[in-house]
Amino acid sequence: MSTPLSGPGSVQQAPGRGPVRTGSPRTSRTARNHAPITAAGLVAKVILLGLVAGIAIWAAFPLVAAEMWGGLAVLVLTTTALFYLYLGRRHVPAKYLIPGTLFLIAFQVVPVLYTASTAFTNFGDGHRGSKDDAIVAIQSSSVKQVPGSTQYPLSVATKGDPATGALVFLITKPGTDTVSVGDAKGLRPLDPGAATVGPGGKVTAADGYTVLNFGQASARSKDITDLVVPTAGGALRSSGLSRAYEGKAVRAYDAGCDCVKDSDSGRTWTADGEVGAFVAADGERLAQGWKVNVGLSNFTRVLTDERISGPFLGTLIWNFAFAIGSTGGTFILGMLIALALHSPRMRGTNLYRMLLILPYAMPSFAMLLVWRDMFNTDFGLINNLFGLSVDWFGQDWSARAAVILVQLWLGYPYMFLVATGALQAIPRELTEATSVDGASRWQSFRAVTLPLLLVALSPLLISSFAFNFNNFNAIYLTTEGAPFPADNPSNGATDLLITYTYRLAFGGQAAQFGFAAAISLFIFAIVAVVSAVSFRRTRQQEEVYA
Amino acid sequence: MTMLTGAAVTGGANGPAAVNRNAGRRKKRWFAEVGWRHLVGLLGVLFSLFPLVFVVSAALNPLGTLSSTELVPTGGVSLENFGDLFARTGFADWFLNSLLIAGGAAFASVFLSALAAYAFSRMRFQGRRVGLLSLLLIQMFPQFLAIVAIFLIFGTITDLWPAIGFNTPWGLLLLYLGGALGVNTWLMKGFFDTLPRELDESATVDGASHAQVFFRIMLPLVAPILAVTGLLAFINTINEFLMASVFLTDTDAKTLAVGMRGMLQGGERNTNFGIFAAGTLLTAIPTVLVFQFLQRYIVSGLTSGAVKG
Repeated sequence: MSTPLSGPGSVQQAPGRGPVRTGSPRTSRTARNHAPITAAGLVAKVILLGLVAGIAIWAAFPLVAAEMWGGLAVLVLTTTALFYLYLGRRHVPAKYLIPGTLFLIAFQVVPVLYTASTAFTNFGDGHRGSKDDAIVAIQSSSVKQVPGSTQYPLSVATKGDPATGALVFLITKPGTDTVSVGDAKGLRPLDPGAATVGPGGKVTAADGYTVLNFGQASARSKDITDLVVPTAGGALRSSGLSRAYEGKAVRAYDAGCDCVKDSDSGRTWTADGEVGAFVAADGERLAQGWKVNVGLSNFTRVLTDERISGPFLGTLIWNFAFAIGSTGGTFILGMLIALALHSPRMRGTNLYRMLLILPYAMPSFAMLLVWRDMFNTDFGLINNLFGLSVDWFGQDWSARAAVILVQLWLGYPYMFLVATGALQAIPRELTEATSVDGASRWQSFRAVTLPLLLVALSPLLISSFAFNFNNFNAIYLTTEGAPFPADNPSNGATDLLITYTYRLAFGGQAAQFGFAAAISLFIFAIVAVVSAVSFRRTRQQEEVYA
Repeated sequence: MTMLTGAAVTGGANGPAAVNRNAGRRKKRWFAEVGWRHLVGLLGVLFSLFPLVFVVSAALNPLGTLSSTELVPTGGVSLENFGDLFARTGFADWFLNSLLIAGGAAFASVFLSALAAYAFSRMRFQGRRVGLLSLLLIQMFPQFLAIVAIFLIFGTITDLWPAIGFNTPWGLLLLYLGGALGVNTWLMKGFFDTLPRELDESATVDGASHAQVFFRIMLPLVAPILAVTGLLAFINTINEFLMASVFLTDTDAKTLAVGMRGMLQGGERNTNFGIFAAGTLLTAIPTVLVFQFLQRYIVSGLTSGAVKG
């Protein structure tokens, strides 16, 4: 189909590939380099490189417009390197590795490194931005309604989803139709005619925004109360859901003493660059701080803070048990069934395979929630079927058994699939040869099938272990870490390190991204060491077949 | 095996008692050879199916609540939940988004993985072992803890190139491709390793380029494992919800996982269970279909032909 098309195409492109052609007779040293250039291959190369060039040019314009020269340099270098690589005849392995590696670097390595760098900061709620941001936040949140404050009719709107999107205030200047839109960055006027103002001055609709109705607004009343719009004379805050006032800031920053002063109480809070917060003489801190480097203190906290270090060991042990139990259990069950169905005399294997695989075809997040409800004490299926009234998630060991059972159900079809694939890759001659030599079925399994299966599947088992070690959904969507001991509500019996970390860092109280990143590095180190050791063990095996 | 069966048949000519004994023995042998396989298969199928029966029953339950759902529906059957699903939620949009994202990510990541696996399996170059090991290590970093970093990075991307930013399927697709190399590469490298090297060496001697060896010889031989990994990537992507929930906040941009999770939040857990179960069943349709479609690749033998040739 493509041959007649590619013929003239390649002729037209001939001048462009001059260097490639002249290069080939000169530098070829191995047999591989003598291979002829095919028309189809050339056309594919031209199209793909053209696509790369097109994407690079498309991506360059916004970078130039935003004057991000660093980003532009990276883009130009990457594109040049790609052209050099694919127009030349050398670096053959790189030609196969680079496409995936580019994505890996951009969307996996960079975020991971970024996360690692936040482990050395106090980044989190109250320490998100710069010191200037903190000062603005302190001043605007101290705004109080004073006699004579201007009142505005208020509508709350969003550009996104009414239940989750970032909120803005739409206010109308009293007596006029001038509508302004305000968010945490400030207040700016909206084009005349872009908004519809109803009777009483309230905005009922605005271009590009969804105005929240009363029900939606009251569901988000906390967000609305928290939204402070800085203005020249102070800040705008809501009073109820349909009025806003412009109040005066009580607290102000004084650059002379590098401190914040409260004009009502006369207290002062001095900036402390070590912790990234304004601290009063008696040690009281203002909630709004800024991001600073804290060195290793996030790491030492894991070991020295008793609330964290104490339960850490118990959780670590259960975490290993969970990962090994899930991986080993699913592998053994999946392999057994794959072995059972792998026989030339077996009929109906397709039907079995179709039905067995169904748990894997189901959306696992949904099935985790379904299993949680099946373990429900009062009207759960398990208790109904067996006439029990066990509180499955109420006792340590029943909860642990339950989550492992759920993992077994979710995971064994996968192991069954890959084991079936690997079994089919084992030449039947090998097992036939052992049976001719008089080996029993068990001997043949031990000596031939299992080693070959393990060669093919050991990397999968290692990565399955790593996945289960951090299987957040398996716990978070079922037990949520329960049951909790009476004296320690932060660390439950089924908690994995990752759900435990999540609760410490994100749950309930303020987000502590820096601390969370530090613990995730701990987890990473543990898994990396375990996997590196297993990897070394599979190394000899792999070399035999490599 | 065949010879033994033959001997049993000749032995059976002695008399009726012997025939009976032989029939019993044959049954025993049938059980030892084939029967136990069916027993294991049936037990596995039972274990696999019973939660699914519960979901089906919940989806057909006219009351639509968790507390009124039993394993086998006794209070009548209705399709009301399915109607409610489309009338009250953006299920159709979510479904299309999921198909687009999961299908694209599965196809692209299998291709990228196969390229890398070919290099790792067939070529020896500096940094090969380091590359393999670092692939494994990078995969071990819990991705959801990098979500803050990803969120900040994509905030900038959304400002620069809105077409691949938040609330678009493309941004999420790119992010998923970041994980394309990894487990899949290892799986495929393992299978490339089991293919005899003589195959591609003889092709090279015959004048084939490395690209021809890859596309003409290697890819067709590993088609079964490409199908398996593609299926796994598709299912993983459909199930992924943490990244998707950060990326897709507009109702019509959501994927199935994000949208359906929202159904069971808050106080509506019990009342929405029937609709949720209906959605779960419909979500399973694409994955079941893809599996059926790829079945023949998965089942066909991997290397038996190649080794004999």
